[in-house]
Amino acid sequence: MTLLSFARGPGMQVATLILIAGMFWRLSGILLLRRRVAHAAARNPFAVRLLGGAVTIFTRAIPRRTFWPRVGAGVVLNYVFHIGLFIVLFGGAPHILIIHEIFGVAWPDLPKGVIVVASGITLAALILLLVRRLCHPVLKMLSKPDDYISWLIVFMPIFTGILLSGETVAGYGALLAWHILSIEALMIWLPFGKLMHVALVFAGRGMLGYNFSRKGAAT
Amino acid sequence: MAVDETLGEMLARRGFSRRGLLKFAIVMTSSLALPPGMAAAMAENLAAARRQSVIWLSFQECTGCLETLLRTSSPTIAALIFDFISLDYQEALMAASGSAAELTLRQAVAANKGKYLLAIDGSVPVADGGVYSLTGGKANVSMLQEFAPDAAAILAIGTCAAYGGIPKAFPNPTGAVGVEDVISDKPIVNIPGCPPIPEVLSGVLVYFVSFGRLPDLDERKRPLAYFGTTIHDQCYRRPFYDQGKFAKSFDDEGARQGWCLFELGCKGPTTHNACASLKWNDGVSFPIESGHGCLGCSEPDFWDQDGGFYTSLAGGKGPGWRDAGIAAAVGITGGAAAAFGARHKTTRPDVETPE
Ligand code: SF4
Repeated sequence: MTLLSFARGPGMQVATLILIAGMFWRLSGILLLRRRVAHAAARNPFAVRLLGGAVTIFTRAIPRRTFWPRVGAGVVLNYVFHIGLFIVLFGGAPHILIIHEIFGVAWPDLPKGVIVVASGITLAALILLLVRRLCHPVLKMLSKPDDYISWLIVFMPIFTGILLSGETVAGYGALLAWHILSIEALMIWLPFGKLMHVALVFAGRGMLGYNFSRKGAAT
Repeated sequence: MAVDETLGEMLARRGFSRRGLLKFAIVMTSSLALPPGMAAAMAENLAAARRQSVIWLSFQECTGCLETLLRTSSPTIAALIFDFISLDYQEALMAASGSAAELTLRQAVAANKGKYLLAIDGSVPVADGGVYSLTGGKANVSMLQEFAPDAAAILAIGTCAAYGGIPKAFPNPTGAVGVEDVISDKPIVNIPGCPPIPEVLSGVLVYFVSFGRLPDLDERKRPLAYFGTTIHDQCYRRPFYDQGKFAKSFDDEGARQGWCLFELGCKGPTTHNACASLKWNDGVSFPIESGHGCLGCSEPDFWDQDGGFYTSLAGGKGPGWRDAGIAAAVGITGGAAAAFGARHKTTRPDVETPE
């Protein structure tokens, strides 16, 4: 069995099953935790609380003006990275093809040149984020192995994807194998590290907004 | 051709000029990706060479390889058989059969000990003592072990001989393997393909006759000159791949425009072979030119590729929805157990209820 057939076969199956089991494990584990009973009366009716949750998802997406000088660079880089990744992930022809194979839905792809440029910008943003993390004393102090592992696990698929689109440093087969394997590593790691924010970020913000709204605080 | 007559003498006797031989050598050096300067040396060596003994054993095969090789040109296999090589044993082509054929084989081996090229087509079944393919009551694997030691080199012709091919496809009931899985102490050149490209065999034979050794091989023992690049590298549809223009079905507008067949399962990007440059049927076309994606027939285990022939390389074989459901159930059970365990441990949970 070649590395590529392993990646496209057993590797993909194991990684997908771990991803699914891990995601459900994390989500059910969080949802089934005991909640503290709130004794104070709610300040807002249920609908307003829900709205508060929904609004917070957006208001918390941009830092308050007072914080911009301190966190602006990080926020911009993070947005560049996330938007770039979104374009590559949902605009690249092979990625759409996989989504179509699994879920049966497809949409027009973006030209390869756009994807290559977006990948380059995404990768550059990711590298700058690491540099910032290493140079920023507070961020550095707060960083745990999870942060660095998650960074590497996200870096590799983008990096191997760029190599694959160029097809220069190795043959297509080898590069494709490395690209798929790096994605499988990401799938396995995702539920167990900070990358789980993929599933939790909006729910977390929404919950926060809901609780604030319940207490009558601004969202 | 007399036994000790050189090729040059034989060609001269037939009115074939030295210039003609040089022209032929130029074509072959370019086909073998040799420096043009080597054409003269090749022509000289060919002129001085004597016919090379080739003993060809057919194992677990469909005769497709031989069929296609008989249709080669430049030089035709017929020319190779009658001029450049002495095909001393080939069951399908020789007149003798039964014990007479057996005798021919042994005589050819004895007469050319240490010098003959052993050509194999078909895989070698090794399960149950190799009983699934016999010649004259003898298992293919025993024949290979008997005749390989006295060969100068082995040519594994076709994907079956090279890697086990279709007989090795899951569940491989006969325990089929390639020649290199049985013989490890002889120079082996794999010429995979289902079937292999005739000109590749011609090139390897001409190289061996000219220089007395095998051409440069890659890590899978394939002649680099022919297998050094992928179909994708030389495909005329490549500009469409680079532009992201893909046919979505075999009869859509993209297919009619000749766009890339990647999304229809083309394995050209991972397949090493010379179809896109040498083409088939005397250069008429090759599968992609005829509108079908490459199946990757010259790669090991091509029949068992995950996802099959029509799944793009970008995809693969993920778990079924049933297994995904089981994984989800396992996850939920684990998460629930962890949550309830945490409930018992902590007396003061710090998460507020939204109630
Ligand atoms: S048709 Fe196949 S080999 Fe040709 S460019 Fe497309 S993917 Fe590559």
